[in-house]
Amino acid sequence: MALAKQISQTTDGHVVGGQRLARRRWPLVSVILGVLTALTMSLSIWLIFVYTPIDALQGETQRILYFHVPTAWAGMLSFVIMAGLGIIYLFKPDERLDWLARASAEVGVVFLTITLILGATWGKPIWGAWWVWDARLTATLILWFMYVGYLMLRSYMGRTVESARGGAVIGIIGAIDVPIIYLSVNWWRGQHPVTQIGTQGALPPQAVLTIMVALVAFTLLYAFMMVQAYQLQRLQTLAQRLRIQVE
Amino acid sequence: MRMTRVFCLQIWAILWKDIRYELRSKQTWLGMGMFALLVLVIFNFTFDLHPDTVAAIAPGALWVAFIFASLLGLGRTVAAEREQTSLDRLLLTPVDRKAIYLAKLLGNLLFIGVVEIVALPVFAILFNLPIWQGSTLLTLILIVILGALGIASVGTLFSVLAAATQARELLLPILVFPLVVPVVISAVRATSVVLVPSVNEPPWLSLLLAFDVIFLSASTLLFQYVIED
Amino acid sequence: MSKLADQGSLLPANTESADVQAIEVHNLKKSYAFKPVLRNLSLTLPHGQRMALLGANGTGKTTLLRILVGLSKAGSGTVAINGWDSRYALQEIRQSIGFVAHQPYLYEELTVLENLLFFGQLYAVPRARERAMVLLERVGMARRVNERVRALSRGQVQRVAWARALLHQPSLLLLDEPETGLDQDGSVLIDTLLAEYAAHGGSILFTTHQLERALALSDQVVIINGGKVVYQHETVDLTLTDLRQTYQGIYGGKQV
Repeated sequence: MALAKQISQTTDGHVVGGQRLARRRWPLVSVILGVLTALTMSLSIWLIFVYTPIDALQGETQRILYFHVPTAWAGMLSFVIMAGLGIIYLFKPDERLDWLARASAEVGVVFLTITLILGATWGKPIWGAWWVWDARLTATLILWFMYVGYLMLRSYMGRTVESARGGAVIGIIGAIDVPIIYLSVNWWRGQHPVTQIGTQGALPPQAVLTIMVALVAFTLLYAFMMVQAYQLQRLQTLAQRLRIQVE
Repeated sequence: MRMTRVFCLQIWAILWKDIRYELRSKQTWLGMGMFALLVLVIFNFTFDLHPDTVAAIAPGALWVAFIFASLLGLGRTVAAEREQTSLDRLLLTPVDRKAIYLAKLLGNLLFIGVVEIVALPVFAILFNLPIWQGSTLLTLILIVILGALGIASVGTLFSVLAAATQARELLLPILVFPLVVPVVISAVRATSVVLVPSVNEPPWLSLLLAFDVIFLSASTLLFQYVIED
Repeated sequence: MSKLADQGSLLPANTESADVQAIEVHNLKKSYAFKPVLRNLSLTLPHGQRMALLGANGTGKTTLLRILVGLSKAGSGTVAINGWDSRYALQEIRQSIGFVAHQPYLYEELTVLENLLFFGQLYAVPRARERAMVLLERVGMARRVNERVRALSRGQVQRVAWARALLHQPSLLLLDEPETGLDQDGSVLIDTLLAEYAAHGGSILFTTHQLERALALSDQVVIINGGKVVYQHETVDLTLTDLRQTYQGIYGGKQV
């Protein structure tokens, strides 16, 4: 920190670094989100493991779904956010938008990985197979690949404007692509019987409540992690900037 | 009106330049063609084809060969531009950026298309497929061209991005494969419908065309953002 | 001059009106990978004038030229060429600039003539072949038109690059150390070309490390350091000794 301060003095204010910027952003937001996440997450774990009745057919396995669905939601939400930020970035290039988009991708790929693992764990006892090439699963898998491609490209290209723009382009094309993939896999699978996902029919009210709370909890978790990842992106950029100043 | 004419002339100029360049270094053409043929040969062994299974496997084999071969070719046009002074030579001139994209796309499409159309009869002979009636052959060629267009439209966009990194050969397929899944699905299904007519299939050829239009327009609009500094 | 028939004229007949500045840069800033290269650079080149841009390596000369020709975008600030604002009229700007840099911006596998014809198409030059031949004659490459650029020497490539830059009759020439790689004949040649181009009313901005050339070939000398203009002077009442002293004063004891 002393170094940063010193540098910002020596180069007549041109350094964007320094103590002020290195400070944590939105400390209050971060704390509030953290507390809310902890509360709702505890509540939702209690609901999932104690409150809600066990499904007659699926047994204990059903509890996986209460985690699987919210992580999938968070994973897809972050892709939509990433693509949306990409569109805004192309019209109004602001590095903060890019930090946010990249943070979203990093958080999203974690959620989506968990989704895929949980889905497979659930599928094995229920469907008798770890994996089924149905539209939803395929689209999710492709989405995961897009995240990986995005993050690889970003890490290869470094923190440049081109990298940010390339990321925005991938996000936009990907967002256009995912629904198309979903539809085309659906058509492709058209004549084949698809194993129905078990949530068909009326769910008991307790299950609905549980899944709702879980969705809220995971959305809060996503928001909390986004703030942290954003902060990390910002500090990494800052550190790189300072390093260049020192050289 | 004059704008359109200039636009087309510029596309043609860049395309013609690329073609001449390519003709002077024949490696890529030959390489892509040989690669596609080898994949077909390998498939013949890996699947141990029987007359009754060949119609089910052949379209997949053909498209796997085409996709890999086209990715080999995709990095090439833009990589050649990047090599020495990057795309600057073109960016320096008052050429519409969409014209640069379309010219590069047409170039890629031409190279991929030629290799595929040459590989197609070889494929039919090796797999002993009845494709020689006029309408079947024409439909197949149409599918091949539309499939190549879909792959090339996304591929041209991303090859520029990948070319800016050290890991060009690695990154290009990782970026392009997931995105072209719809094109691949519809091209493979359309091919198998041609080989073994079946009922109740969605109109794969029209879907393929629709996907092409979507990818082409999105990529044309986004291209300027990946090339400008 | 006699060789230059209508087809070979270095300038378009309708040059921009004299009251428009050839280059107008205000508060230009640009960073690469977070490293500020240009900081609040402002510069004005009146129409028909020649300006020499001096500065040690890494002071932002090349970056400035890249922004002026439209290869890089300005970080902030405004750039106007011949009255065209770079944010809205990049294509018009590109059409009105000729650029010679370290890189020749030619295609190695194409022949000299093919290169010029290709760029002629991109710039929509009318009767490009005749014009290309006249220009190649001017730069002394007329006998090499059918050789591939790959086969030429560095100096010959540079000559072809000159022909390429003049092909579309630009009203502004931007030159990044134009003398590098040229032999004695080549230097004399480009000096003649520059003089003639200026006599026809063209505007020139060039960078160089040679103070003598800067003084001899320009109406104004500008020294930039740290991404800013630190010195600007008319060459009419400037002696080489003064310039050298100023330059060494700015860059310390560095050898010029």
